Amino acid sequence: MLTYVVIIVTLALLAGVYISWRAGRIDRLHNRVETARAALDLALVRRSSVAFELASSGLLDPATSLLLAGAVHGTRDGERPRDLAESDLTRALRAAFSQPGFRASLAGRDGADELLAEVEAASHRVFLARKFFNDAVAATRDARRRPLARVFRLAGNAQLPEFFEMDDSMANGATAGMQRLAG
Amino acid sequence: MRIGIACPYSWDVPGGVQQHIRDLAEALIGLGHAVSVISPADDEKPLPTYVVPAGKAVPVPYNGSVARLAFGFLSASRVRRWVKEGNFDVLHVHEPAAPSLSLLACWVASGPIVATVHTAMPRSRVLLAAYPVLRTALEKIDGRIAVSEAARTTLVEHIGGDAVLIPNGVATRRYRAADPLPGWPGEGGAIGFLGRMDEPRKGLPVLLKAFETLGTERKGLRLLVAGPGDVEEARHRVPEALRDRVVLLGQVSEEQKIRVLHSVDVFCSPNTGGESFGIVTAEAMAAGAPIVASDLEAFREVLRGGSAGELFATGDAGDLARAAGRLLDDPARRADLSGSALAAVADYDWSVVARDVVSVYETVVLGRTTVALAQ
Repeated sequence: MLTYVVIIVTLALLAGVYISWRAGRIDRLHNRVETARAALDLALVRRSSVAFELASSGLLDPATSLLLAGAVHGTRDGERPRDLAESDLTRALRAAFSQPGFRASLAGRDGADELLAEVEAASHRVFLARKFFNDAVAATRDARRRPLARVFRLAGNAQLPEFFEMDDSMANGATAGMQRLAG
Repeated sequence: MRIGIACPYSWDVPGGVQQHIRDLAEALIGLGHAVSVISPADDEKPLPTYVVPAGKAVPVPYNGSVARLAFGFLSASRVRRWVKEGNFDVLHVHEPAAPSLSLLACWVASGPIVATVHTAMPRSRVLLAAYPVLRTALEKIDGRIAVSEAARTTLVEHIGGDAVLIPNGVATRRYRAADPLPGWPGEGGAIGFLGRMDEPRKGLPVLLKAFETLGTERKGLRLLVAGPGDVEEARHRVPEALRDRVVLLGQVSEEQKIRVLHSVDVFCSPNTGGESFGIVTAEAMAAGAPIVASDLEAFREVLRGGSAGELFATGDAGDLARAAGRLLDDPARRADLSGSALAAVADYDWSVVARDVVSVYETVVLGRTTVALAQ
């Protein structure tokens, strides 16, 4: 009799340990999502601010400046959903950068090369940060979908994280589409 | 007078501003002036002789929708050449706060400059505050015209300075008579819509929602939709049971557009915002179509507060369905509205409008030299 009690108690303890380990893992995944979200936020804000710097640099013609400024403003005024506003900024940047001879037209202008490089680097960091964020979201969603996690409500009250979809490719046309598919 | 006009949007794509410029240019030529219009345009398509192409426009997101604009240093150098060779007495830029040719023209030119503001753009103030380069360009404008009270208010509040109100013109004679499309409006009645299908602000989603009610109540009622955009995508937004009664024409020619206006019992302008005058609505009035329109300030004005067309609560599909239903049931009321619309729209005919514009030109050129490149 005692043996059975010992076995049952041991099993229950093991199960408890396992479940709490699973809960801990889900908690860690949620933390990873939060960290990745903060990084993505930072990358987007950074991109918006260097785009603003480029727009107000006086290097560009006023039409291109206004185009970028309008898009930057769109990412800040909260009038449109963030994914759409940020995608608009990507498209505005892409339109500016893909003008034939764009770089050549700015060559030799004071600070132009640095500023263009900064915008491109910031855009690339958005691409990376979003990839990592969506990665974390996918892992978390997957872990939470498991039966054990659902039955024991291991995620507690934490909200199911959502993917962040946006157009973040600085390449033009077909390449952009392919990168999006691959990403 | 030698008049140089800058158009910000692609000439090939139908739109209110482009239409305005075309009609204004032709009315001015009719009055004996020499007119040159610089506009983004596709090189392949034939252009009227008075249009100078400034290269292909690029579709970019702007102000919450996608616009086809010409910007960048290449466009700037084309504008510079046009200003230099044009030797204009006056430069007339349209929608100078859009990132396109008009703004570039203000930037490169000096001399008498007139600007027409078409759209209410609440963002302008923030942008102007942040961008001295814009302020400098826009401060060169000597005379400002707004096409509606709404556009004037935005200009005053957000850019500063005042503007004369000269409403859009309508080439009323062109719209007066046309044959309906074959088989339209039909026995069960028909509702019409003109405008971009994929731009939510034009309000097609509101109308489609209202048609779910109207089409279910009235078994023979049809909906005729014409305008640029993805036809298939729009079709999928209609419930399957109603799909065969929604006819989507896609982009249509000017001539076909007029026939569309004559093909329906009720014409609907369901715009949800961003409309400063509603040229499409005025054209429908010139065609004598009974109109149901959103209760936007611009529409209320052109429809004389509702006496020349029914107004419904903006964005409210239920209210639209009720208003359109009332009209469909009441032929006498429709005939009444049609008559009032025709009478109201006469004030907006281009022959009237172009003279008002010329007097603005005459005011700003007084004692000035011609337009030249800025130093």
